[in-house]
Amino acid sequence: MSKMIATRNAYKDALVALGEKNENVVVLDADLAKSTMTYDFSQSFPQRFFSIGIAEANMTGIAAGLAAAGKIPFASTFAIFATGRAYEQIRNSIAYPNLNVKIAATHAGITVGEDGASHQSVEDIGLMRGIPNMSVICPADGPETVAAVMAAAEHQGPVYLRMGRAAVPVITEEEQKLEWGKAKLLRQGQDVSILTTGMMTALALQAAEILAAEGIEAEVLHLPFIKPLDEEAVLATAAKTKRVVTAEEHSIINGLGSAVAEVLSEKLPTPLRRVGIKDTFGESGKPADLLIKYGLTPEEIVKKAKELI
Amino acid sequence: MSSKNIAKEIRREIVKMTAAAKSGHPGGSLSLAEIMEVLYFEEMKIDPAQPDWPERDRFVLSKGHATPVLYSTLALRGFFPKEELKNFRQIDSILQGHPDMKGIPGVDFSTGSLGQGLSGAVGMALAARLDKNNSRVYAVIGDGECQEGQIWEAAMAAAHYKLANLTVILDYNNLQICGKVDEVMDIGPIAEKWQAFGWRVIETDGHDLDTIRQAIKMAQAEESCPTIIIAHTIKGKGVSFMENDPDWHGRAPNQEQLALALAELEKGE
Repeated sequence: MSKMIATRNAYKDALVALGEKNENVVVLDADLAKSTMTYDFSQSFPQRFFSIGIAEANMTGIAAGLAAAGKIPFASTFAIFATGRAYEQIRNSIAYPNLNVKIAATHAGITVGEDGASHQSVEDIGLMRGIPNMSVICPADGPETVAAVMAAAEHQGPVYLRMGRAAVPVITEEEQKLEWGKAKLLRQGQDVSILTTGMMTALALQAAEILAAEGIEAEVLHLPFIKPLDEEAVLATAAKTKRVVTAEEHSIINGLGSAVAEVLSEKLPTPLRRVGIKDTFGESGKPADLLIKYGLTPEEIVKKAKELI
Repeated sequence: MSSKNIAKEIRREIVKMTAAAKSGHPGGSLSLAEIMEVLYFEEMKIDPAQPDWPERDRFVLSKGHATPVLYSTLALRGFFPKEELKNFRQIDSILQGHPDMKGIPGVDFSTGSLGQGLSGAVGMALAARLDKNNSRVYAVIGDGECQEGQIWEAAMAAAHYKLANLTVILDYNNLQICGKVDEVMDIGPIAEKWQAFGWRVIETDGHDLDTIRQAIKMAQAEESCPTIIIAHTIKGKGVSFMENDPDWHGRAPNQEQLALALAELEKGE
């Protein structure tokens, strides 16, 4: 069993490291610092941490003002509030003027668990990727989250960084640098391509193992960037295997599956299946049980892959 | 330009540019002419030759629809040629319907969606403090805009962080698109509300240069909290047929009305 770490925990350490490296980095939080893990930054750099209270719209606007004055703000809260409550503030105050704000959201997806549907953001990727100037990063594990924080800080412009609450296995390299907009080919195969993002990537690798045991060689392409999407890598794997399954902890509407379908249907029509939340709200429960109930499992990926073969 | 003529010149440009665009918001622009004159021609530390000067004072037009007064003021102050004003709201022009900080020299923050600009001003004021530069942030908000919840979130934050370098001017003309502010959604008692949120409140005649000047100087001298200047104004000020008529919130004058307006402004003080 590989090491388990929640992406929000990796965010905690990355943020402190970034704060030491770059004094223009400031952090804002909406009364969730101990959950989003910005608390350590607030203790290390109290002058550069702004507690905004339970006011996400205001936090988003203040972050925009700080960026307009040259700062690199990381604004953190749960994904549902970061993108839903403050959607139009992100659009008009941050993205339209292309301000250098990083919306670093934790508790994305149904693995929020017991808090239930009100707190389980399954539409946030769609909301964010539809906004011009916005980039969307959805790291697979802890080490990639650290690299994503650094890449977001170096990138000039707004970024949505999507992280989770639950611990997930480490599947990427401990020390790495994220190449902007690039996908990662994690496993080669010629029978079917599994295109995945976030915590589903670990499950896609498990699915590939199951398929291999049955003689089906799956290629696993991990896309930490939903936007900009690595179209070249998507088209290359589709051309190679001629069958594509997407997997994400997000609605099948407007997320990775949609983004991949947009590219393929225009440039290389390819049979496609999407694994994700099937246009429904989640519910309270243990993350592991929710993943099974909502079909976010290696077995579901295997089933979809076989439908194509 | 003598002081008396600046506000008049701003008003002339407001009616001319909205007439040329055949759209735009003259009413809530005309109410701000004297306030913009004092800010941009007297009090703000700015340099039109370096609109991005990091240590400048910054201005946020939170009631972003009043672009005619902002663009006229910026043009007259030398941020861009006055001829540009005739392209207001036209395709391929830098002068967007609502302020666009990326394309327009002198525009410090993009606004237009009401309630959002004040939060941006709070962020800028926090940044100035962090950078230990003594620049100030000025924001103009509307009275109808005070119906937005985000205004009060920002008001709470500015007081919490004791942002004495932030001055808000409330353009209190008591009119919004659908009628009188107190009939659409009463915002009163407005001075007491801001006071209760921890702000210093100064009330002034928004068309009297001397009292505006005094109010801004008082705000600059305040060291413990942010200040709001409640400026009592007349929507459409200076053009008799536009004054106190909400229909002129977002309607442009035709050529005949433009001629009448310009003649009135010529005759007026």
